[in-house]
Amino acid sequence: MEIEKIVENVAFNILKQAVIYLPEDVKQALKKAYDEETSETGRTQLKAILDNIELAEKYQAPICQDTGTIIFYIKAGSEVKGLEKIEKALINATRKATKQVPLRPNAVDPFTQKNSGDNTGRLIPFINWEIVPGNSLELTVMTKGGGSENVCVTGMLVPGEGINGLKRFVVEAVIKAGSKPCPPNILGVAIGGGADISMKLAKKALLRPLNEPNPDAEIAKLEKEILEAVNMTGIGPMGLGGKTTVLGVNIDYAYRHPASFPAAVAFNCWAARRASARINADGIIEYLTHKKKAGEVI
Amino acid sequence: MAIYHLKTPISEEEIRKLKVNDVIFITGTIVTARDQAHRRALEYAKQGKNLPINLDGLALFHCGPVVKKEGEKWIAVAAGPTTSTRMDIFEDEFIKNFKVRVVIGKGGMGKKTTDAMAKYGAVYGAFTGGAAILAAKAIKSIKSVEWLDLGTPEAMWIFEVEDFGPLAVAIDSHGNNLFLDVQKKVEENRQKIYEKLGLSS
Repeated sequence: MEIEKIVENVAFNILKQAVIYLPEDVKQALKKAYDEETSETGRTQLKAILDNIELAEKYQAPICQDTGTIIFYIKAGSEVKGLEKIEKALINATRKATKQVPLRPNAVDPFTQKNSGDNTGRLIPFINWEIVPGNSLELTVMTKGGGSENVCVTGMLVPGEGINGLKRFVVEAVIKAGSKPCPPNILGVAIGGGADISMKLAKKALLRPLNEPNPDAEIAKLEKEILEAVNMTGIGPMGLGGKTTVLGVNIDYAYRHPASFPAAVAFNCWAARRASARINADGIIEYLTHKKKAGEVI
Repeated sequence: MAIYHLKTPISEEEIRKLKVNDVIFITGTIVTARDQAHRRALEYAKQGKNLPINLDGLALFHCGPVVKKEGEKWIAVAAGPTTSTRMDIFEDEFIKNFKVRVVIGKGGMGKKTTDAMAKYGAVYGAFTGGAAILAAKAIKSIKSVEWLDLGTPEAMWIFEVEDFGPLAVAIDSHGNNLFLDVQKKVEENRQKIYEKLGLSS
């Protein structure tokens, strides 16, 4: 089969997987939160979330009506032929998924306010490219909800304050966001690089599973410290009060300019939808986040 | 915490019984409106034009559903709530003009809406954000859709529902607002968090 067709099929499959099935690590974190939540209203909310996850799987329907803005992350092996055809394949897969899954059309022209109706438009779906050695192609999709996107923040911290400035920045972001991003949330946090780079890293950090702490032990410790701190806010599930406000904090970084300390916090709602697959040179397709048989359309 | 099953049209008397933290389920007609439909509805009211449906005693739902059309029939595939604060700029006028008794959404609403709910007799029912299939399964049919020119998320969808919920009464008609209470507590907790992290305030 042509690379374009293979990519289109695989992209359609991971889009469908992402919006219907939450990744296992997110499900487990939500179950744990339900077991540990002491607020009665908070428990009602988490119960509704868990019931909803089951119903979505049973009826093969999107978990949330906001099926998000579609963002692809592509790891392209440098030896893969036909890379120039991938963009078109991803756009076609998006259109097909919008119709067939179905997804809510969420791409609006910011000047005319017209909805394109098929989740595509200038730079949407957004594609992040990374060139890696080898001859396989790894596709990841994130379908990013609007409610949690609306509270994402970037800021320029005072370099002299160091990591303490970051801790304050994250706590304030969570307090300000309150009920809006559909807590319990996942936080992608990044520092350094520049204003654009920190947010890009923060958003990408949302892809890391909740049961995988940062490989750097010091950063892993900071992730845990911030997680415990933001869960002391009492915002709780859906902002109705309780001890589960955030399920996990994933931190990434780049080196910074001596005068700048860019920081970014990307929020994801509890419906943290992502899915990945790898297309190998021999045509074998591995679904990485959702363990389904190769080629099986779920 | 009491549980109530309400049928539309809902009377002011039934609404006045409800207190924050109660849980309600609604059977009857609920109507969606997001930013654009709110804006248009209020323009209609200003011009003295009737809305496509009389909202008196019904529930308003902040929702842009995923829908599909089978033949001539629309089906709600996923229909969870959207963030309600965006509608805060319209809601007091909306409640005053159209006499909806329940506003369903997520994330809560502010002081102006809370005051209007106390004045005219309405409550805010928080539906779990993202729980779109739970909502869709309670929608028995789509009666009609109006203002489809606004796009499917922003159009006004008229749903027939059965035991739609659970909705946590987060703003009652007596001036209580659970979200604002939680926010107050969060403000109080900030100092403790700063101390734990070794930050100066």
